[in-house]
Amino acid sequence: MPFLNDPINFIAGWAHRVLTGWGLVDSLATIIIYLIGTTILIVFAMFLDIMLVWVERKVVARFQDRIGPNRIGPFGLIQPFADIIKMVIKEDITPAGADRIVYNIAPVLAASSVIILWAILPLASSIYGVDLNVGLLYIVAAGSLGSLAIIMAGWSSNNKYALLGAFRMVANMISYEIPMVIILLVPTILADTMSIRGITQAQSGMWFAILSPLAFIIFLISAIAELGRSPFDLNEAESEIVSGFNVEYSGMKFGWFYAGELLHAFTFGGFIAVLFFGGYGGFFGLEKIAFFAWLKNPFIQTVVFMAKAMFGYWVIMWIKYSMPRIRIDHMLAFNWKFLTPLALVVLVNTAILSKVLVNLPTWGYAMGMFSSNLVIGFITIEILRAYGRKQRKVEDRLAAQVAQN
Amino acid sequence: MTVEQIIFIITGLFTLGSAFMVVTTQKLIQAALWLVSALFGVTILYAILQADFLAVVQVVVYIGAIAVLFIFAVMLTRKELRDQGSQTRSNWWIAALLGALVLAGLVFLIIGEPAFNRMAQAIPAGVDTLRNLGTALVSPDAYVMPFEVASVLLLSALVGAVYIASRKGEEK
Repeated sequence: MPFLNDPINFIAGWAHRVLTGWGLVDSLATIIIYLIGTTILIVFAMFLDIMLVWVERKVVARFQDRIGPNRIGPFGLIQPFADIIKMVIKEDITPAGADRIVYNIAPVLAASSVIILWAILPLASSIYGVDLNVGLLYIVAAGSLGSLAIIMAGWSSNNKYALLGAFRMVANMISYEIPMVIILLVPTILADTMSIRGITQAQSGMWFAILSPLAFIIFLISAIAELGRSPFDLNEAESEIVSGFNVEYSGMKFGWFYAGELLHAFTFGGFIAVLFFGGYGGFFGLEKIAFFAWLKNPFIQTVVFMAKAMFGYWVIMWIKYSMPRIRIDHMLAFNWKFLTPLALVVLVNTAILSKVLVNLPTWGYAMGMFSSNLVIGFITIEILRAYGRKQRKVEDRLAAQVAQN
Repeated sequence: MTVEQIIFIITGLFTLGSAFMVVTTQKLIQAALWLVSALFGVTILYAILQADFLAVVQVVVYIGAIAVLFIFAVMLTRKELRDQGSQTRSNWWIAALLGALVLAGLVFLIIGEPAFNRMAQAIPAGVDTLRNLGTALVSPDAYVMPFEVASVLLLSALVGAVYIASRKGEEK
């Protein structure tokens, strides 16, 4: 069955034959099919986004010992649609003194900076938007568009709190972009390519999370900072600056920021799955056995990818709902004095070891990589412990002096 | 006209229009945002030329870092975000004349170039432009020298910044 083995190309080929059969030029038919494909991908992402509202509310409810939405529809499943209707019919307010055009573009840019990420996310070996050879840099580029959207929203609202939120967000994003870019080079070295699909294929035998667990942890932290989620939600900080950059937005314009944030978190869950947990594949060579050949089916692969992405999203939610907000000077010190040097050490270690261990069999390579990461992690914890001890001694001495006086 | 030419003309007009708005608009922040849109037009030009790496780096470096820092500096330094008064000086016509002369000279030079009328060749399938670029940057018979000089320059700037930031005991 060609449909079951390669559904997207099968449908695209069929649509192409139909369109050219109607007398359309070949290139025009291709453009129309690409447009339809893009629209379907965006609609899929947006529908997923609507369901994520339900997932997020259910999960946070469980973390806080509540039940969550449970009245409208089975398990409260229709609740997000009710939320959307509420948001759409709310009054649309533009504050006095706002820069009207910039104010209205900002939510669109914020949401689209997330949706363009779906162009490179491979759902299965044959289901993906485009296979860019600079895929990893594309993630960083989309993130910088997102921070631009937040600056625009914060500045154009003509509100002190909004501007403060935008400042904090940009300080956050610019700082944590650096460990993220450094650590994105680790999968690049391990897979020998920057294309997201190539990285997924390189993990069919061994997940990169096993080869370099430290890289995975650093990527997770910098991804959460990039998302602006707790503990890095200084940009929203309800108790200090009301709601930050989006304080003046009402109705569906606020909805776009909210939807963009949820989809962004899920998309980064997907990137965690793709970069470190094998994406749609990564069955440790299991799919080569004839009995497990069905693992190569694109529908199964899509389910596997969505499950892994949902797990990554769940980890991000788990951290969000159990950590307090970090103070801004701690946030910057943590990034510049801890995360960035550690990321550099991990990168240099990976670069050297991947050449030293290149002739070993897979298990030897994995063992060497993993144990080197363990050693780096152990040394890091020891340095932190010594630093903490020194810090406590200084504080004790100061306290003793105060007590004497 | 091919599709590429239509896209090129639209992108060129968009970029030039944004660049014109950068220098004519009165509000500084809006000028910075128009600068971002002009830089984005250049990104599209790179994408048309199949220079994916340059296109993505253009967004990361120019829009993500430089334009954002520029907007930051403008927002933090100026209290009044609007320029007052006339935007031209009495000798504006000298600048206009010089600009027109430079434009005419550049157009003359480019038309004389033999590659002027040629269409950009499509990159054959299987050529990894990114890998070629990376190899060229570190191979001794290509660009390793300028690459290393630039690295040393950036490193010295970093060390200098750290030194200035970590001076203790002064001006307290």
